[in-house]
Amino acid sequence: MRAFDAGWGGAVWKTIGEPITNVSSRYSSVDWNTQRMMGLNNIELISDRPIEVNLREITEVKRLYPKHAVIASLMVESKREAWHEMVKRAEGAGADGLELNFGCPHGMSERGMGSAVGQVPEYAQLITEWVKEASRTPVLVKLTPNITDIRLVARAAKRAKADGLSAINTINSITGIDLDTFEPRPNVDGKSSHGGYCGPAVKPIALNMIQQVNSDTVDGPPIPMSGIGGVSNWRDAAEFILMGCATVQVCTAAMHYGYRIVEDMIDGLSNWMDQKGFVTIDDFRGKSLNKVTEWKHLNLNYRIVAQIDEKLCIGCQLCHIACWDGAHQCIHLDRVSGPVDGHVEVHAKPREIGRERIVVTPIPKLDPPRIHVGQYATSLERIPRVDETECVGCNLCSLVCPVDRCITMVERPTGLAAETWAERTSAVVERAG
Amino acid sequence: MSEVDATFVGHPEVAARFPDLHPAFDARAAVIEANRCLNCFDAPCMGACPTHIDVPRFIKKIASGNVIGSAEAILEANVLGASCSRVCPVEVLCEGACVMHGKQEKPIEIGRLQRFAMETFYAAGGKLQLRKREERSERVACIGSGPASLACAAELRQLGFQVKAFDRRALPGGLNTYGVAEYKLRAADSLREVAMVRGLGVEFENKEIDAAGMEELEREFDAVFLGLGLGAMHRLAVEGAMSSSVIDALDFIAGYKTGARLEVAPRVVVVGAGNTAIDAACAAKRLGAKSVTILYRRQRENISAFAFEYDHAVREGVIFCWETLPKAFAATNDGIALTCVAVAQDAAGLPVPVEGSEFTIECDVVIPAIGQSPLLELLSQARGVTIERGRVVIDRATGQTTNPKYFAGGDCVNGGREVVDAVADGKRAALGIAAWLNTRTEAHVG
Repeated sequence: MRAFDAGWGGAVWKTIGEPITNVSSRYSSVDWNTQRMMGLNNIELISDRPIEVNLREITEVKRLYPKHAVIASLMVESKREAWHEMVKRAEGAGADGLELNFGCPHGMSERGMGSAVGQVPEYAQLITEWVKEASRTPVLVKLTPNITDIRLVARAAKRAKADGLSAINTINSITGIDLDTFEPRPNVDGKSSHGGYCGPAVKPIALNMIQQVNSDTVDGPPIPMSGIGGVSNWRDAAEFILMGCATVQVCTAAMHYGYRIVEDMIDGLSNWMDQKGFVTIDDFRGKSLNKVTEWKHLNLNYRIVAQIDEKLCIGCQLCHIACWDGAHQCIHLDRVSGPVDGHVEVHAKPREIGRERIVVTPIPKLDPPRIHVGQYATSLERIPRVDETECVGCNLCSLVCPVDRCITMVERPTGLAAETWAERTSAVVERAG
Repeated sequence: MSEVDATFVGHPEVAARFPDLHPAFDARAAVIEANRCLNCFDAPCMGACPTHIDVPRFIKKIASGNVIGSAEAILEANVLGASCSRVCPVEVLCEGACVMHGKQEKPIEIGRLQRFAMETFYAAGGKLQLRKREERSERVACIGSGPASLACAAELRQLGFQVKAFDRRALPGGLNTYGVAEYKLRAADSLREVAMVRGLGVEFENKEIDAAGMEELEREFDAVFLGLGLGAMHRLAVEGAMSSSVIDALDFIAGYKTGARLEVAPRVVVVGAGNTAIDAACAAKRLGAKSVTILYRRQRENISAFAFEYDHAVREGVIFCWETLPKAFAATNDGIALTCVAVAQDAAGLPVPVEGSEFTIECDVVIPAIGQSPLLELLSQARGVTIERGRVVIDRATGQTTNPKYFAGGDCVNGGREVVDAVADGKRAALGIAAWLNTRTEAHVG
């Protein structure tokens, strides 16, 4: 109800089922560079509340918020009667739709539920069919990412005539180990158990899996997808919708900051849509789907190189050392000593000039100002230079550069017609034939 | 010299009146700040540090939670890493060179991070390991036990040589112990660093070296490092200036730091506007002076104190009297009448007294802080050591003087700069001494 008041249109009520049992503690997280909870892990099981309490509360919420969608997330024993009964009770309580939790990777899966179902397409299909026999409302199948190819279970759900999918559930994880006690987190009386990983860290994995499912036409055209996985703000939401999602679900961000996040999700998305001239979500839904292809369909004759804006460069030289130690050794510190292009053998340690000089604390009255070479704010000797003859356009330098727009990747036309690997290899086959 | 450095405790009254000027980082704040560092390659901060501390390396060790490793990385380059973290004018050194300035962001707080690492290190026991190397039989004497000698001695021990440091004062550490404002560096902290250097196997002796002593050292030791610092402070060239109400700035500072002087008369005049003058003026304020006035013969923009030191003095309530020269003292019933004269600058920019501009300042104490004279007497005894304009002439890269057996560094070479400059000098000289002794040994063996 707090979420509805804050502005969200619907909620997935997670997860109604049995048995009701849990441990403490339940969560652990991964921090990154002092930022809390880049990733969150839980070993919490479906609910702390019995089925009848959950259902009673659904009824109450629907009475107070009749226009908001409440989807009941369900997980029960893999028996036809059990599912039939659960579906009827949830719909009877007023649920607007059902989400079948075939994704929970911990605890429940040990008892043949959750991801134990979601990892076997035949089981997932069978249970979805049971649910469809009894249901009157739309049925979503929630997919687990803990599987080699997420499309297999998505296809099974399509075959069972599911109305939609949701993805991804949490990813199997152990977040870390306490280096004093040697106990992994979260700690339950000296032991831990693998949990499910979520939060901002899993977004790239979610986007990839959603792209795979939303582009898959085996066993019928794609069906509506509710995107899940690290959605924290309006930008994430826009990306999931661009990848073809009908709706997005948010959990970790609300756990971290509360429902205060909703306001900017709405406001930010709506401002962005205005800027782009989009009136409805459908104006941009799926717009990026056809911009993902297989590698073999990428243009091999497209070439970009790194370009450093000397006016913006602050001389940190992170691009130099990244290129030197982690890429193609084509960013050099030779603007003053004289540029030398060409292949570099990298057995030698790059020179550190800073250590070689005798320096004293400058006294303004006595000491001349430091030598500054060149016309830019940063001394020319500290501004790296790209050897375009060796640059492969990998992007690494532009990724490590801490200054916005300082390193850009610019096209260097090859003069060759676009050609993909697929075209190139088929041409070879034709010639051979 | 007894091991007072390990047991010295500052006077509680001084501790109360001179609390830390800058708050220390707590552990989490340090990690947040450490993570802000970009980890530049061949970092400009490292280049700007006279001792070339590998700043990104020690900062990223703080970020990873390896704080002891961080301190060891600092000490590898600068054995006085703790005092430098407190007294360095970082604005014109590492932090001034930080690339963050280029993107209009606050530079990384390198000084405070270094202090965090060093304080964690000392809180954990403060023991520095000797590198794996062979003990050498050659002996080196360090004259003076200030920053230059400490750095030279520590580095020589790390290279295996036997080192003994001689100091004329009761406590070792030189100006770090006696001369730095207590709210920047406590005498006890300086002595803690001395204790660590002693832990490397350096011997200390409280002994003033005279002409005869110098000859003796030359016979007994294979090389001599001159880390003498400067001599007495310049006296005021003012009528009546020998009055007992005149005390030079360094004596004044040493007095309160050792707990010997815990109060000052209500009206204080400080002459000069260098960093030492600022330290003395602020100290007078904290010791209870009602009014502290700094007289300076030129203008605000000509002072040799760093800008942040000037700002600090203004915040402490010190009054600056520009273009003013003290001219004469006269004892009055309740203090001194200090006659001053206004000065103007002539066409060449030199200060000239303005006729008829005399005025009088009533005060109780006058503290001259107009520079130290070189220790010429002792230096002239080191035969064959060339001295120019009061400074020992050395080869910059090795610290070697014109007498190959003598090396020198610190204030006696540079005329008075920062602790970190003395440390850099001492370290370079240690490497110079080692190289020189090695060639001598090789020649001998050959």
